[in-house]
Parts: sequence; structure tokens; C-alpha cells
Amino acid sequence: MIYKLKFGDLLPYWDVLLWGLVFTLVLTAVSTIAGIVVGTLGASARTFGPKWLGRLVAAYVELIRNTPFIVQLFFIFFGLPAAGVKLDESTAAFLAMTINLGAYSTEIIRAGIEAVPKGHIEAGVSLAMTKWQVLRHIILKQAFQKVYPALSSQIIIVMLGSAVVSQISAQDLTYAANLVASRNFRNFEVYLLVALTYLGLAMLMRSLLRGLGRAMFKAK
Amino acid sequence: MLQFSFWDILSNLLIATQWTIVLSLIAFICGGIVGLILLFMRMSQIAPLEWFTRIYIEVFQGTPLLMQLFLFFFGIALFGVEVSAWTAATAALTFWTSAFLAEIWRGCVESIPRGQWEASSSLALSYIEQMRYVILPQASRIAVAPTVGFSVQVVKGTALASIIGFVELTKAGTMLNNATFRPFVVYSLVALIYFGLCFPLSWCAKQIEGRLNVAR
Repeated sequence: MIYKLKFGDLLPYWDVLLWGLVFTLVLTAVSTIAGIVVGTLGASARTFGPKWLGRLVAAYVELIRNTPFIVQLFFIFFGLPAAGVKLDESTAAFLAMTINLGAYSTEIIRAGIEAVPKGHIEAGVSLAMTKWQVLRHIILKQAFQKVYPALSSQIIIVMLGSAVVSQISAQDLTYAANLVASRNFRNFEVYLLVALTYLGLAMLMRSLLRGLGRAMFKAK
Repeated sequence: MLQFSFWDILSNLLIATQWTIVLSLIAFICGGIVGLILLFMRMSQIAPLEWFTRIYIEVFQGTPLLMQLFLFFFGIALFGVEVSAWTAATAALTFWTSAFLAEIWRGCVESIPRGQWEASSSLALSYIEQMRYVILPQASRIAVAPTVGFSVQVVKGTALASIIGFVELTKAGTMLNNATFRPFVVYSLVALIYFGLCFPLSWCAKQIEGRLNVAR
């Protein structure tokens, strides 16, 4: 028996899928920004902060990088309420993604900071720049320029990883796919369509991020 | 009513951990084999083979692993073959791993100086012989650290097999949580066990990387 694919059955659900896509995009955008802020703070603390803070950040990074995202998500969504912190599914998804990207970007940005030549920092100090000015204009600027490609691919990985938030019923694209599949039983069609959407999204994000990088770090 | 003590939870989780390890090993070994074949195709300079691997890698790296699991789970069934969660998880993780490993190894092979290719082809070695005797022995030294590093991603990737119903560590955690209503304890333990599996691998990767840098 040959199975006949019927993509037409998906048409009535286009709005469900579209809203899922929007949620995925918003979730990715918001947690990307928050995650990079966390990463910048973490990397700065790890390189320039006091020793105990550096160790704390290192522990956070290792803990997150060595456990699956889905377990982090479950811990935040199911585990934390038992400790008295109740979160709705969207907040939990956003928080988990931020914490996850925060750990990875701490490590990425730290590599960039360490690659900044010492002479540049000394030059900044000798020009009577304050500590913050040196950090902002000399260290972080160069660090971001160096690690931008690594950071962009991590953002795309986090976007793809966000499919997992459907498991705590945050209503992202994968959640929408599951919903449609449970309504019309066209599992394969809907998952194929959604997988291709993710693929398109990943490719689109890659070229957007590349363009953004070119605009931001134009050679002067 | 059945009561679960802390040790009951832990021992049940450890039993399930075996399946996480088995699935990781299978995915890593099979993924490595497929990845090696992809690498040979990618470097072969035969246009259709190169394009095939490019698309293959793009597709598996550009879609969520969860979607791949769903597609294998429901896709194979379309051919009238009964698929267990076990088969679907192994297949999806193998292909996913192979795409990443092929890409990592390609980077290592491309870091070998062109002169090595030219010298070996002037010695009349065939493509396979070049790879086997000249390129891969050199590339594999560079490849060890990132490959071990990626094995962490494979272990973490197996957690997603829980979603299609394969009982490994994460699924066992969910089931125990449903039975005990102690999510904080259960998921903390699950996370710690994953950490125990992954951290040594990350640590090894870092050490090997450090040693290579010193040697240079």
C-alpha cells in the first residue's frame, strides 16, 4: 500500500501554524537579547570580577552546558513551583532559553575578551579612559567582533532548540504542529511542513545575522 | 499506596541511565560511520556527491532534532513498517550525529595543507588511499578534541528521545515525577546524572585541546 500525502488537509489550520511561528520568533528574539546580556555580564564577571564570582559563573556555565535543555526546562517549569516559584509556560520557556543561551554566550564572549591584546587595554588606560569606558569601547567591542560568527550560530542552535518548549505546552511552532496532528492525524505532512519551516528560518536567520554583522562591524 | 524513598528514585533513575548510555553509544558509533562516509563523499570532488552531502548536512543541522525524531517516528510508519520509539530514536540520532560529525571532520581535513594532497597524488595514490594513508592520520589528531566535545551534544540529544516515548533518563524522570509528585528532587537528580555523564567528556575535550595547543 502506498500512502498518499495530503498537504491540503493542513490548509484549514494555517492560522494555528502561523501563530506558532510568531511565538517561536518572539521567543527566540527576546531570549537572544536577554541571553547575550547575561553572557556579556557573565563573561565580564568571569574575567574581571572577584574570584568567587568568577567561580560561581564558571559553575553556572558548566552546569548548563552539561545538561540537556529539556531537563533545564522541566526543572524550571515543574521543579521550581515545588520550591515556591510558580511560572506560566511562556515565562518558563523564555527563562530556560535565556539561561541556556546565557551560559553558552558567556563562554563564547569570554573567548573573545581573552583574545583582546593587552596593549589595547593599556593604551585605553593611558588615555585616561575610565574602567567602564575601556570595557565598553575597547574590550567588548573587539570581543564581539571576534566572536560574532560563533555567537550567531549559537543563536540559531537556540532557535532550533526552542522546539522543545512545546513539551511544557508553550504554544510555539512545534506545539502548533502537535495540535494540528492531533486534529487531522496528518502527522507526517504537518511535521514535514514545520521541519521545512524551521529549515527556512535557520537559513534566513543565518543570512540576516551575517548582514547585520557586516553592517555593525564595517571595516573602517 | 506505593511509597518511593529518595533511594528508590535514585536507583530507578540510574537503571534508566543505562539506556541513555546505550542510545548515546549507538548514535555516536553509527553516526560516526555514516559521518565518515559523508566525509569521503564531501571531499571527493565529484559534484553530485558533494551536493548531496551539502544538502544532507544543511537539512540535519538546520532543523530541530525533535522534528527529525517526529519525522522518523511517523515517516517510517507510512511505509507500513511498525516503528518502535527505539528504532526511530536510533535512526534520527544517527543521522543527526553524522551530519555534525561530517562537518566537524571536514574542517579538520581542510586544515591539512594542500601540499599533502598534491604530494600524495604525485605518488599515484588513489583518492581513497590518499585519505586513508596521508590525510586522515593527520586530520584525526586535530579531530579528537572537537569529536569528544560533540559527544556531549549526543548524550544531551538522547534526552529528546523521551518525547517519542523511549524510556531513558529524562522519560524515567517524568514517570517518577508523576508517581512521586516530587519534581524538584527528581529533576535535580536527573540533571545531576546528566552532568555526571557529560562533564567528564567536556573536561577530556578541553584537556586534549590544551595538549594540542602546547604541541604546536
